[in-house]
Amino acid sequence: MSTSLLIVQTLNGLQLGVLLFLISAGLTLVFGVMDFINLAHGVQYMLGAYLAVMFYALTGSFLAALVLGLLAALAFGLLLEFAVFRHLYDRDHLEQVIATFGVILFLNQGVKFVWGASPLSLPIPEIFSGSVVLMPGLLYPIWRLVIIGSGLLVALGLYFLVGNTRVGMLVRAGATNAAMVSALGVNIRRLFMIVFGFGTMLAAFAGIMIAPILSVEPGMGDTILILAFVVIVIGGIGSIRGAFVAALLIGLVDTLGRSFAVDILRLFMSPSPARTVGPAIASMLIYLLMAVVLYIRPTGLFPAKGQS
Amino acid sequence: MTPASGAGRRFAVSDLVALAIFVIFALVPFAAKLGPEAYVLTLVTRVMIFAIAAVSLDLIVGYGALVSFGHAAFIGLGAYVAGILASHGIGDALVALPVAIIVSTLFALATGVVCLRTKGVYFIMITLAFSQMAFFTASSLSPYGGDDGLTIHARDTFAGFAWMKGDGALYYVVLGFLLLTFLLCRALIASRFGRVLRGARQNSTRMAALGFEVFRYQLVAYAISGALAGVSGFLLANATNFVSPAYMSWQRSGELIIMVVLGGLGTLYGAIIGAAAFIIAEEWLAGFTEHWKMIFGPLLILVVVFARGGLIGLMSLIAGPRRD
Repeated sequence: MSTSLLIVQTLNGLQLGVLLFLISAGLTLVFGVMDFINLAHGVQYMLGAYLAVMFYALTGSFLAALVLGLLAALAFGLLLEFAVFRHLYDRDHLEQVIATFGVILFLNQGVKFVWGASPLSLPIPEIFSGSVVLMPGLLYPIWRLVIIGSGLLVALGLYFLVGNTRVGMLVRAGATNAAMVSALGVNIRRLFMIVFGFGTMLAAFAGIMIAPILSVEPGMGDTILILAFVVIVIGGIGSIRGAFVAALLIGLVDTLGRSFAVDILRLFMSPSPARTVGPAIASMLIYLLMAVVLYIRPTGLFPAKGQS
Repeated sequence: MTPASGAGRRFAVSDLVALAIFVIFALVPFAAKLGPEAYVLTLVTRVMIFAIAAVSLDLIVGYGALVSFGHAAFIGLGAYVAGILASHGIGDALVALPVAIIVSTLFALATGVVCLRTKGVYFIMITLAFSQMAFFTASSLSPYGGDDGLTIHARDTFAGFAWMKGDGALYYVVLGFLLLTFLLCRALIASRFGRVLRGARQNSTRMAALGFEVFRYQLVAYAISGALAGVSGFLLANATNFVSPAYMSWQRSGELIIMVVLGGLGTLYGAIIGAAAFIIAEEWLAGFTEHWKMIFGPLLILVVVFARGGLIGLMSLIAGPRRD
């Protein structure tokens, strides 16, 4: 009983971690390469989910919704980059925070205006619905396994892309020292656009994959955005490897903390205060983890910026 | 813009602007009698309460370059102290206000020790982390309402005297606190302490080389700023007769940053103007349509893209060419 719960919750934690990685990967690259704080990254995740719901209603096929949703999210992201973000790259962080906060306000309200305030849902594709037996008496939804699998696949792809291709090399160089890369004759603006478009698509992909098990509603990007920031700060800004490690760490700590905090506290506390304190500690755990990591390593676990 | 040139004159001008702001605030209740009095008084009281928090934020962001993305936590702390004490029957400001100040100061000192080890973006994020912790703690305070918040039945008295009874009295109490906050911050910045803080903003290595322990000065500034924001939270709880975890949400911290930057960083009075502009614009647009955020969001973007230096920069842009 307890072991099967542990396995299920570990898988759930892994699934949250993979989701966080998909969102954080784009965020950390945009942040690392362009030195640009994009609070609007969370609404791009939300937008991906909404677009997929819309295209599903039009086509009736999840695959078509996925592809069209990704393309539309990419187009919208590039439009945003062209209309707003491009003017902010050389501003200070404070101004970036405010302008992208404005984008959040607009888009959160915008989806409410277009699709209404009530939550929408996206069905799980037929072949992946239902559960699979992991162990005797232990069922686990297939779709969650699909999320974990596709997330790990994307991580692998990114690892190859960043580590072994020319664009990846430029991205790594940009995260270390963007001015130098530009001075060496690389069109840094174009690199920015590629990185930004890619990050947008990853966030939208995360939104589309999670849509069948979460409700699609305005503001769904806000909480995940804060978690993604925790991830990239713990991992070290600009580092894909750091984002991957930190995302899995946060996903596991958060999920396991929430399911076992009360039980653990009851080992050295009477049951009734444990039930009160447990959930509070569980929801604080990842922020506590972040504070401890930053106290020990003020620039995260795998800092990308070259220290001179 | 060189800080040294024309410093004397700039101080005179900024003091005149501040004086004008406070005179206007003092006169609002008289003008309000001509219109919807209760509505205007409540709205401007809200403006002044957030102005206190914004001025306190400007003290560390504008003069210390310590961008706190968790300042709403202090507002929430001050508010919760007022609410929790009131729910236990302690409704006197002689007790509640000092406790609110002490609690927010201690929170600032404890978190500041960790936060100030980091710099730049990491500082922004770690202050956010601590405010999220405060947020979740408040959400799980089930004896005090948890997520739903806590209603306060009566405003605090002062040594038994009902000093905030009625909208008019509350208005002038809040105005008094805003004035005190402004004068305190202004004196701090002009003092030796303030000069060290400003020096550290420009070049902390050099300040350290001059023999100043920059960390201590920043920590004290952070604590003072937190305490003042705690006072604004105490007032907010009294003004609304309600406390909720939403006071500490990260969106609220973001709004405070917007107020400070909109008004113009590092001017103190700019933070007051920013708070007024933000809250009144919000209120005004919400009167037109329920989708007012679709107007307000792009407005923020436009201000950032076109008006460097916030609303004050915008005004001087309209008034004439800038002398840089």
